[in-house]
Amino acid sequence: MPKSASTSKITRRTALAGLSAGAALLAMPRIGRAADETIRIGFPTPLTGPFAAEARDQVKCAELAVKLVNDKGGIGGRKVELLVRDDKLNAGEAATRTLELIEKDKVHAVVGALSSAVQLAVNEVTRARGVIYVSISQSDTINEAKDFSKYTFHEALNPHMTTAAVARQTLKKGMKVAHLVADYAYGHEMLRGFKRAQAAIGADNVGEILHPFGAADYSTFMPRLMSMRPDVLCISNFGRDQANAIKQAVDFGVKQQMKIVVPVILHNQRLAVGPEVFEGVVGGANYYWGLEGQSKSAAAFNAAFKAANGGAIPTDYGAYGYSGVGSLLAAMQTAGGTDTDKVVDALEKLQYDLTKGPQHYRKCDHQSVQSVLVLESKKKSAMAGDNDLFAVLANDTGSDDMLRSCSELGHAT
Amino acid sequence: MDLSLIIMQLLSGIALGAVLVITALGLTIVFGMLGVVNFAHGALFMIGAYAGLYLASLTGSFWWGLLLAPILIGAFGMLIEFVLIRRLYGRSIDDPLLLTFGLSYVLVEGVRIVFGSDGIPFPTPPQLIGVLDLGIGFFPRYRLFVIVLVAVVLLALWLTLEKTRIGLIVRAGARDPTIMQVLGVDIGRVWLAIFGLGVGLAALGGVLAGPMRSVNPEMGSLVLAEAFVVTVIGGLGSIVGAVVAGLMVGISISLVALFAPEMATIVMFALMAVVLLIRPQGLFGVRGRTA
Repeated sequence: MPKSASTSKITRRTALAGLSAGAALLAMPRIGRAADETIRIGFPTPLTGPFAAEARDQVKCAELAVKLVNDKGGIGGRKVELLVRDDKLNAGEAATRTLELIEKDKVHAVVGALSSAVQLAVNEVTRARGVIYVSISQSDTINEAKDFSKYTFHEALNPHMTTAAVARQTLKKGMKVAHLVADYAYGHEMLRGFKRAQAAIGADNVGEILHPFGAADYSTFMPRLMSMRPDVLCISNFGRDQANAIKQAVDFGVKQQMKIVVPVILHNQRLAVGPEVFEGVVGGANYYWGLEGQSKSAAAFNAAFKAANGGAIPTDYGAYGYSGVGSLLAAMQTAGGTDTDKVVDALEKLQYDLTKGPQHYRKCDHQSVQSVLVLESKKKSAMAGDNDLFAVLANDTGSDDMLRSCSELGHAT
Repeated sequence: MDLSLIIMQLLSGIALGAVLVITALGLTIVFGMLGVVNFAHGALFMIGAYAGLYLASLTGSFWWGLLLAPILIGAFGMLIEFVLIRRLYGRSIDDPLLLTFGLSYVLVEGVRIVFGSDGIPFPTPPQLIGVLDLGIGFFPRYRLFVIVLVAVVLLALWLTLEKTRIGLIVRAGARDPTIMQVLGVDIGRVWLAIFGLGVGLAALGGVLAGPMRSVNPEMGSLVLAEAFVVTVIGGLGSIVGAVVAGLMVGISISLVALFAPEMATIVMFALMAVVLLIRPQGLFGVRGRTA
């Protein structure tokens, strides 16, 4: 064995050097903590499970945002550290991990979560302990007065603004619309958003089917959806559910009869099932790398991500990780540190442009006002390269009019 | 609700049940003959899908993937039996269970390292793309093919077990391995082959499921749960039970999806609970049998 050969060569001197280096390594975190030099950001996200691909991109982009700040000397001379935890897409697990991050790791703020249900659990924990939380996955509920706190910020788009933008591009008066919806908070909120947009446009609802969250087979819903004879089928689910549902709908010949529309069209899921399956599917997005032709911030973000990740391009949910952490760090920079009240104040006043154009957190509900994209998946023959996935149908500039009013959400105005 | 919709729904249920039958079959054969509860069955299903995809892209044909992946992964299963499982025969049932449970983690992580944790597209073979007009509605050609193929595999398996000398040895070996050894049969080799067959069936299920779902490292975990439910309903170790229960579960899921879609996953477990209350040994199980 090579191991025994090398141990016999260890001299007293090298052993001592090794030991002292080991001791220094052990003592290091304690020294760092005692001086309270580093700024720690907790980052719960579902690294395992059906949303793993999106979660991993979130982490990469959040790490990039931290790296860029550290490269410039940190915040007031303090380094920033990202503490990533796997929430396993489970509300209880997320609450436990968040509590640990706050109590044990003493994080200064939390960013993350990738499910509308899980983010509400994280928010419960952070607001009870007065810790800032920047949510980076879609939810309408988190904007409402019931779940709001001054520490709660929502960087992601919300279902209301996403579905309205998608419906504007795809629905017309008198069209018949059917829904296939994941049976949990995200699906319910998207369905509610679509129905509200549908009613405003004058399209008719011909039926809705709720499917169990995380289902692998959707074939059993297809005959009934086809028998509803809709013009448009809205599939409101996320992650691998989106890939499987669209693939099986296409297998059943759904596209020959109707158009498939999704609230959020996912970069990673389009890659997972291929261009033929997604061809012609329309959906909303917060970010698409192809914006770089129109937006300097997108070009800069793409370039920074490529440099840090061996030439790969950033994805939609990845961009949330970048702008969520990036906006928080920018506010800390303004506040000159981690004092919670000062950072909250700075976040409320912050005007930022990190990935695609100007954004700010609305005062009453801390929802990020931002542009909404509507994308259409390209035909294989129309793709200029492997990454040329989508055509941009619309890029609606962010405005308060896209959001439900503060009074509708129950906030004092 | 018109009749044609219900017939279409039944057909979806049978196609769904067909994949369940193939995966549950491997699980139940290995348990019935070896007394091993194989918790790595779902992971091997997933490995089968990856192997099928890899071999299909290597040879340029889905059919080679479909043929070779189960053989290759079956051989891999024999290796697992020879190196790991064999040492645990005669010990408590928990030992191989824990071993295969650990093995499933190793396999899933291994695939994550090699192929990444993203899903990979598994294209439907060109001959089977699209739908067939059945007069009452359209049904994907590929799913019809799955139903036919599973029926053929079942028939071949039944003929081998019931009508050949090998089948006779296998059946006798399951009933009394000691007597078989006294009669001069190398029972170790029989067990090796049985484990390989079980794993090969898991891999076949994986390749068949590939074009219907996206292929990803976690695709086996749900399948494992489903396969266990089917084996428990059918009776642990019963081949007929696995077939009947697999189709029953598929059709139940499908018909429930028609009336209460959000209950579609629960119905499988509800069915299992009812069967366990009425016939604790499962529909075709033998009373009082533990491994």
